Amino acid sequence: MSEALLEVTDLRKSYGDKIVLRDIDLRVRTHDVICLIGSSGSGKSTLLRCLNLLEQIDDGVIEFEGREISDPRLDPRAVRSRVGMVFQAYNLFPHLTVLDNCTLAPRRVHGVTKGEAEQRARDLLARFGLADQADKHPDRMSGGQQQRAALVRALCTQPTLLLLDEITAALDPELVGEVLTIVRELAEQGTTMILATHEMAFARDVATAVCFLDEGRILEQGPPAEIFSRPREERTRRFLSRVLPPA
Amino acid sequence: MSSAPDTWRPSPRELERREIRRTLRRRSILVSTVATVLVLGGLLIGTVSSPGWASVKATFFSWDDAKAAFPSIWHAFWTYNVKLFLIGEVLILILALAVAVLRQSRSPVLLPLRIIAVIYTDLFRGIPTILLVFMLAFGMPALNLQGVTNSLFFWGLVALVLSYGAYVAEVIRAGIESVHPSQIASADALGLSRVQAMRYVVVPQGIRRVIPPLLNDFVSLQKDTALVGAAGVFDALFAARDYANYQFNFTPYVVVAGYFVVLTIPLARFTDHLQHRAMERERQGAR
Repeated sequence: MSEALLEVTDLRKSYGDKIVLRDIDLRVRTHDVICLIGSSGSGKSTLLRCLNLLEQIDDGVIEFEGREISDPRLDPRAVRSRVGMVFQAYNLFPHLTVLDNCTLAPRRVHGVTKGEAEQRARDLLARFGLADQADKHPDRMSGGQQQRAALVRALCTQPTLLLLDEITAALDPELVGEVLTIVRELAEQGTTMILATHEMAFARDVATAVCFLDEGRILEQGPPAEIFSRPREERTRRFLSRVLPPA
Repeated sequence: MSSAPDTWRPSPRELERREIRRTLRRRSILVSTVATVLVLGGLLIGTVSSPGWASVKATFFSWDDAKAAFPSIWHAFWTYNVKLFLIGEVLILILALAVAVLRQSRSPVLLPLRIIAVIYTDLFRGIPTILLVFMLAFGMPALNLQGVTNSLFFWGLVALVLSYGAYVAEVIRAGIESVHPSQIASADALGLSRVQAMRYVVVPQGIRRVIPPLLNDFVSLQKDTALVGAAGVFDALFAARDYANYQFNFTPYVVVAGYFVVLTIPLARFTDHLQHRAMERERQGAR
């Protein structure tokens, strides 16, 4: 077995009395595409936020690139500069143009020169069909365009791991397609990703592994073919029968 | 949330981590304490060891004079300064809100009022408050109008309200304008009238956003109540000056400063508390 890029052991997270995640074990190798599925409130988003150290975990260990990142002595920015994250609500900065959104972190965090950062951003924007949007402000664009711009912003720092938190949940079906096409391309190029999603067809096609979360636990995980056609758990079957179109 | 009973005990690693967090916390408390003591101690020593400290101490920090001046200053402070700002703040809020909302109105009938509101804010923000106090406190009685009071307190209050009303109106307007148009759209979509949308959706959000600058203006107002002393109202500053002129001791000024500080700090903490509570309630988890 190859070295894991990210390894989560026995992770636990609670808000007060409410336990949001428990006994989470997850292993992600380079080029993996992990899809987290499960109903709303099952802990998918919280798990992603824990991986990015946006939330302080209550127990367990997270290792990234062979180093424990759940150590309080570690500067979380060192991790975040290597991990990209895209949010459901895009979270682009409305006071900056798309180009400035995309060059902010490369220039201020990674010390890339203005010219180089802009070149890289424009290349990526062009690849994602946003070449003519670079100088617009985010609120002037459609939801699909904003989400693609948010993806570009995350990619501009050349992260080794990409976390996508239900990035198509706020989009209409047509726009979902344009965003998923890009994610699919990224997957084919070997980008390592963990994504929380409700797009089952997409998960089946693209994922190397699917995790079904229920009440804060990973109830079942495995290759998509297995999870989608021969789910082991009754709870998984019930969930899938509700979200999958009848075959 | 869970069906199975929870048998979780923190793992050794987690216990170790908590210990590290405690150590880190202790270290930062230590650093902040040392830094504070060094800076404040340095300032204190610098002041006390200056060559003129003995005479400054005698003229500004005389305990006997502080005790002697205390009651008369308290009386003046309570009857004039505190009343001025308590009444003033309410009136200013009402006036400023009316002006701000008026400037946002679209109704053609209200155009003349809109024009007055614009002129009012431009004019009264431009006039120094102390001039306004002089003009109203001395000018209005001089008009010899029937049935209009000559009370200096009253006209001083009016001057403060007019001056601060203009500032606060602009602050509130900025808050109102910062509310995203989609909020108005969704209020419209629910069938609310423009006035209702303002009243129930836009203004509450706008005000909440500008609470810190509003507080700023109110703290400033609390201090500027001392300006009415210039027009002859026997306020706290006047009382202190009175004492200082008789006794050749400036300690009462320090006492007045103390009163003003004591007055403003609770308000600042209370506003912080309100703001924090609103944030907890509305933004839980949304980062």
